Amino acid sequence: MTTILHETTYTQAAPIAMERGYKATKINVDKLNLFYGDKQALFDVSLNIQEKEVTALIGPSGCGKSTFLRTLNRMNDLIEGVRVSGDITVDGENIYTSQDVIKLRTKVGMVFQKPNLFPMSIYDNVAYGPRMQGIKNKKVLDALVEESLRGAAIWDEVKDRLKTSALGLSGGQQQRVCIARAIAMKPDVILMDEPTSALDPISTLKVEELISELKKDYTIVIVTHNMQQAARISDKTAFFLNGEVIEYDETDVIFQTPNDSRTEDYITGRFG
Amino acid sequence: MDTTHTDMTKANKRKYALEKFSSKLFLVCALLSVFSLVLIVGFVFYKGATPFVSGEYSFINFLFASDWVPSEDKFGIWPMIVASLYATIGALVIGVPVGLFTAIFLAEIAPKSVAKILSPAIQLLAGIPSVLYGVFGLAIIVPFLQNNLGLARGQSLIAVIIVLAIMMLPTIVTVSETAIRAVPKAYREGSLALGASQIGTIFKVIVPAAKSGILAAVVLGLGRAIGETMAVILVAGNALIVPTSLTDSVRPLTTNIALEMGYAAGTHQEMLFATGIVLFSFILILNFVLSKLSKGGQ
Repeated sequence: MTTILHETTYTQAAPIAMERGYKATKINVDKLNLFYGDKQALFDVSLNIQEKEVTALIGPSGCGKSTFLRTLNRMNDLIEGVRVSGDITVDGENIYTSQDVIKLRTKVGMVFQKPNLFPMSIYDNVAYGPRMQGIKNKKVLDALVEESLRGAAIWDEVKDRLKTSALGLSGGQQQRVCIARAIAMKPDVILMDEPTSALDPISTLKVEELISELKKDYTIVIVTHNMQQAARISDKTAFFLNGEVIEYDETDVIFQTPNDSRTEDYITGRFG
Repeated sequence: MDTTHTDMTKANKRKYALEKFSSKLFLVCALLSVFSLVLIVGFVFYKGATPFVSGEYSFINFLFASDWVPSEDKFGIWPMIVASLYATIGALVIGVPVGLFTAIFLAEIAPKSVAKILSPAIQLLAGIPSVLYGVFGLAIIVPFLQNNLGLARGQSLIAVIIVLAIMMLPTIVTVSETAIRAVPKAYREGSLALGASQIGTIFKVIVPAAKSGILAAVVLGLGRAIGETMAVILVAGNALIVPTSLTDSVRPLTTNIALEMGYAAGTHQEMLFATGIVLFSFILILNFVLSKLSKGGQ
């Protein structure tokens, strides 16, 4: 797959983004099809995700946006009977021909819909990934844990209780520790699957502020059901419908002057 | 209007009566099992405590003396206590790792189609009557040991351990598999998404999260091993010595009761009940310790 072909696909998908596309491509998805057994869930999805931007994926339930997100770090591999065709490259490297899933997942981190901290201490949760990579030095781990928790804007709230169970935190705190846990891996990309849908409005606000902060250092792809959220925090937005990308553009364009009438219908609340 | 109302009340009255009756019925059933427990325990303790309460025999002596010769009025169960402990610990040493790894394989690693065949097969193992395990041990394991270890008699502690280990497998596998499957999928995904390998995920996240269920599996397996009688009689050899090696013939507590209760009378019979008390206490203590352990882990 050559770069030229990627550019072509990109042009078709998002002409305006192309004009303004001054940032480097981080993830390129080309004609991605995904099947659960016989059922096709994604149809010829092509997207070009820019470095150090927030890309939001919106669309009604069951439109394939979460499925798509999970192809980016190959979490769909866990489901029996899933087949994928097409190309996804991260930094130009095809992630489906490469055998090293572990390397991919250290580079492309993920935050899930519900906080899924392990039943261990806050410290052990954040140190989990680095330890799995073989880091044992306590000083290195201590520094990494602090840096990650600071990065996720939760350090001040938990610094006195690092050794207590992470499950004693509130939902919003847990989700920020989940983000810290992802950051501790020093990934390039963080995927977020509706990270605030289980949180109260104040926690949601904190996580949103955090996301805006994180995009200075990370490429973020976020699935959200909350359209205001997409409008507030994202640079680009892709609208998914029935497994297809209907429109992909600058967030302002999608929300103010969408090209496709279906996008407009969805955004104005006529369906979904 | 009025008549319908009265009819309704009548119907309701019947419902309430039925309701009251059923809840009483359930209570009676529940009490029945508690009553049985109290009856059995009470009876065993009453019979077993008699020789010691009367002051004719010392309980300490009963526990730690090594001679069991009822005809000479000597009742010491130390060899049997040791035999029971060795047999149970030995069975755990083999049965727990094998059972746990099997459970992990079935719940985490095996493809669905394989687990679908293996799981029920292992559960079926639990349904085999224990005497058949004994017969299997006697016909296969005992001659095997006899021939390969050059023993005079294959009936030995190691034969007991092997049979008990096989017998506790289905319990350990089934209960731990259930515990492992109950670990939220989110933990697994969270770990894998952090770049952990599958085996790393299993041992660092899933098994620790399923710890209390796995300990419960061990307790149940333990209960089965220490209380097993029929299979053990056939392969133990039943010699009344304190075992010093795996190849010694042994007589665990359970088999002592089963072998002699048929003809015992008087003090001899009471001493067998006392053996039962010791056995019962063992199981209670082990259950207690392990339940403490599993609570401490949470």
